[in-house]
Amino acid sequence: MSTTTDTSRDAESGAPRDGDSDLGAAGSQLSTAPKEEISFPSLGPVGWVRWFWRQLTSMRVALLLLFLLSIGAIPGSLIPQTSIDPVKVDAFKADHPSLAGIYDKLGMFHVYSSVWFSAIYLLLFISLIGCIVPRTWQFVGQLRSRPPGAPRRLTRLPAYATWRTEAEPEAVLAAAQRLLKKRRFRVHRAGTAVASEKGYLRELGNLVFHVALIVMLVAFGVGSLWKSEGGKLVTEGDGFANNLTQYDDFTSGPFYDPDAMEPFGFTLDSFDATYERTGPERGTPRTFRANVTYYTGADGTEHRTKIEVNEPLDIAGSRVYLLSHGYAPQVKVKDGRGKVVYDGAVPFLTQDPKNFTSTGVVKVPSAQTKDGKRNQLGFQGFFVPTFGGKGSGSMFSTFPALDYPVLTLTAYHGDLGLDSGLSQSVYQLDQKHLKQYKVKDRKLAQMMLPGETMKLPNGDGSITFTGVKTWASFKITHQPGNGLALTGAVAALLGLAASLFIQRRRVWVRAEPGPDGITVVEIAGLGRSESARLPEELGDLAAALTPEAPVAPDAEPDAPDAEPGPDGAAPATSSGTDAAPASGPAAASPDEEAPQGPEDPAQPTDSADPADPSEGARA
Amino acid sequence: MNIAAAANETLAHNSNLLVYGAMAVYTLAFLAHMAEWVFGSRSKVGRTAAALTVEAVEPATVTVRSAAKGGTAVLDRPAVVTRTAPGGRDVPDGPGAAGGTAKGDLYGRIAISLTVLAWALHVGGVLTRALSVQRAPWGNMYEFSTTFAAVAVSVYLILLVLKKNVRWIGLPLVTTVLLDLGLAVSVLYTASDQLVPALHSYWLWIHVSCAIISGAVLYMGAVATLLFLFRDRYEDRLGDGRVAALHERLDTLRRSGKDKEQSTFGLRVRIGGNDVLSRLPAAASLDKFAYRVNATVFPLWTFTIIAGAIWAEAAWGRYWGWDPKEVWSFITWVAYACYLHARATAGWKGRKAAWLGLIAFACYLFNYYGVNIFVTGLHSYAGV
Ligand code: HEM
Repeated sequence: MSTTTDTSRDAESGAPRDGDSDLGAAGSQLSTAPKEEISFPSLGPVGWVRWFWRQLTSMRVALLLLFLLSIGAIPGSLIPQTSIDPVKVDAFKADHPSLAGIYDKLGMFHVYSSVWFSAIYLLLFISLIGCIVPRTWQFVGQLRSRPPGAPRRLTRLPAYATWRTEAEPEAVLAAAQRLLKKRRFRVHRAGTAVASEKGYLRELGNLVFHVALIVMLVAFGVGSLWKSEGGKLVTEGDGFANNLTQYDDFTSGPFYDPDAMEPFGFTLDSFDATYERTGPERGTPRTFRANVTYYTGADGTEHRTKIEVNEPLDIAGSRVYLLSHGYAPQVKVKDGRGKVVYDGAVPFLTQDPKNFTSTGVVKVPSAQTKDGKRNQLGFQGFFVPTFGGKGSGSMFSTFPALDYPVLTLTAYHGDLGLDSGLSQSVYQLDQKHLKQYKVKDRKLAQMMLPGETMKLPNGDGSITFTGVKTWASFKITHQPGNGLALTGAVAALLGLAASLFIQRRRVWVRAEPGPDGITVVEIAGLGRSESARLPEELGDLAAALTPEAPVAPDAEPDAPDAEPGPDGAAPATSSGTDAAPASGPAAASPDEEAPQGPEDPAQPTDSADPADPSEGARA
Repeated sequence: MNIAAAANETLAHNSNLLVYGAMAVYTLAFLAHMAEWVFGSRSKVGRTAAALTVEAVEPATVTVRSAAKGGTAVLDRPAVVTRTAPGGRDVPDGPGAAGGTAKGDLYGRIAISLTVLAWALHVGGVLTRALSVQRAPWGNMYEFSTTFAAVAVSVYLILLVLKKNVRWIGLPLVTTVLLDLGLAVSVLYTASDQLVPALHSYWLWIHVSCAIISGAVLYMGAVATLLFLFRDRYEDRLGDGRVAALHERLDTLRRSGKDKEQSTFGLRVRIGGNDVLSRLPAAASLDKFAYRVNATVFPLWTFTIIAGAIWAEAAWGRYWGWDPKEVWSFITWVAYACYLHARATAGWKGRKAAWLGLIAFACYLFNYYGVNIFVTGLHSYAGV
């Protein structure tokens, strides 16, 4: 019910302005927010250090650092990042050489681990710690101390009610104490008044939230320093054992110890992929499922399970994720001597993720000619699961499943270059020392259905397309600190909810004999904001007190105004039009002009407040 | 093509028809809202507002009584008096778009009825879309946008049902809903489609629904914040007599018979603008509304990000990887944290905090449109 948002400032800073000084103690420490000070240091270096520390831990600087953090995070989302897509970074560097130089110096290709970004969040977290510690002490102090005594003039408070009663002051105060206790206020009696306070959980929630932010940062740090992450492509029937040599690629944090790798492994028994067969969404994948048998420990027993895209396998402190899949045509190669020199499945890389047109190579280093000369063979291939080029002869796939698999190969012979000592991609042929097989000056190439064979010229042997297997690629990660991060996140959420939805407020009840001997009861409330809930709660409290402190008859002037709104649903919804409120009772307060009078008909109403849960929030 | 698929295509088609129907009715609601603002008494309100200069910054005493929840017990219930702090402006809420006139009010009611009808069609469109694919209708930006607008209108209607003073938001809301739907059906449209396995997760339901609800509610907060900035300036002008001065100038011109001249056009526009602003709720009310709305959904937005992180952990093997979408969720979150902090810090309340609130919402919008369209990342939706 405010026309201003300023009241809470008094309450929060505990430094009320003139005229409200009698509120000082009552309003103090309703929050543990630090005070703002902008004074300049006068005392030498120590003074400066202290000043600097105070600035760093002030709300203003926290705000500034938060703002910087959000701005600092922007470039990393717009400029390619090495940690996410190194290929794109290289492309960017090639396209914009001069800009890339500047970016490199600024750490723009690894923003989130750059010096300046780290500086922002480390400063923020130092500020946070510097903020939390004193606030925690202050809060503990508040928990130990009693709610401050009633201010002299309760009429000064944002919500106030008074009435006259025949009951004795003592009885009224005792009843008030009981009532407030029952409503879980912390209550304490001083003189002719009862002081009470409630909603400490708000402050606690706020502290928990900020501490949880630190917990999350620590968890994130632990995670990135000790993590390991590797990829492995496994063909149906093959397996993987957790060992550095087994990974296709592997990265780890600086503190990761590869000697301490947990022993475990798994075999890919089969891979199920289903696709929508009809309708407009034909071809859209429905399921991807890797059926695996896994074991842990050196002698571990085997278990069967499945790994799906959103369902990784938890195993010995690591997790195994299914990333993608593709096809591995099986081929059998005989060399010039008629000896089977290769028989297996060769994973092909997917070129078109929708319909799985794939490419790959077969390398056969041990092949010989019919006279026993070294004659390494290499095949460059295209594979389509569902051949769509009938008639045209071009290789493209029209469906992702194995409906009409076709393999096309071109053949090379010579030296595969495997002995050069340089590592070589298994998906590419190094053609430097290879010669393409030709038939009548045209390159040898053949489309094969499963079971078909391509003969090599000169009696150099043959290659048979024997079948197709599926491969799946997995990511194996070990990331400590995930549990801690989740705990921190949940704590942060709960703390935040408590901090935003719970209102801290104080209620005072005073009962004193009036000049005519009849007891005057006053009840007043102060919250951190002028929330509509405070007057409401105060009204409830007053109503709950009236059985033991019945309203004396001469307080009746109040009665005619007391009609509830049309629907009676919304207390404090009065727009003021229906009331010349409370002039009678309020007049009982000696030295204060009674807050009263017909107000403007268009006073803001609390029906404008949609968000009841946040009522406790500072408004 | 089997029968089920055909049925689904019919449903998808009906969904499109419903969305187009909703847009047509929203357009009518938009016109009715315009009529409400236009026919809502002009001169009368303008005068009263002009007369209502802020008298003094004296401690204003606002009294309010807390009535009981019906029943006769009310008669013995002591009244609660509330009191505002010194130093604030004491400007009342405006009378609303209708400006207290019967004609304006009638148009306003028509607008709301039309909005309810459009909303029903709209929700029907979203639901049939969901039925046609038998999943949550949040697989691509078209579906996301239509759902987003439906939720925003739902929030508005719920607040109306709860008798909150939100009628002033009707016109901006319907306007943006039309924009959003127009963009959805023209630019973002994607045929009804299945989800790829990456999106097969109950986290889709949790994460995306929370994101949509957060966005819709934050949108309300942003509109209120924007209007707050205008209204706050207006109240400044009201306070130092500039509003009244405009009226006086027009009156002088009128007396001399020059008020219909070209040169007075600017003057009349300014008076009209003031008139519109005078009908809005008071700056303090708008500010409070915006704060409550933002503070209420902030935990939900926090949860959205946490849920997203849990999902990312399950799907991609890391809960946080600085993917552009993640980065912008984070930026949005930090920006709202800034806003909340600003409110807690004395010198930053009011206009400065309001600007932060707007920046924060702009971050949300960029995260949605900007990142999806201009930046490639893991969060790529089928067909945008
Ligand atoms: C890591 C970055 C931070 C984030 C994301 C953050 C977030 C928040 C949020 C969302 C609130 C709102 C809760 C409410 O209104 O009650 C809040 C309140 C608060 N924050 Fe932070 N905060 C951060 C750092 C800090 C720092 C560094 C300080 C101290 C200098 C600080 C001091 C406070 C205080 C005192 C309040 C409560 C104000 C009150 O009681 O009214 N915060 N914070």
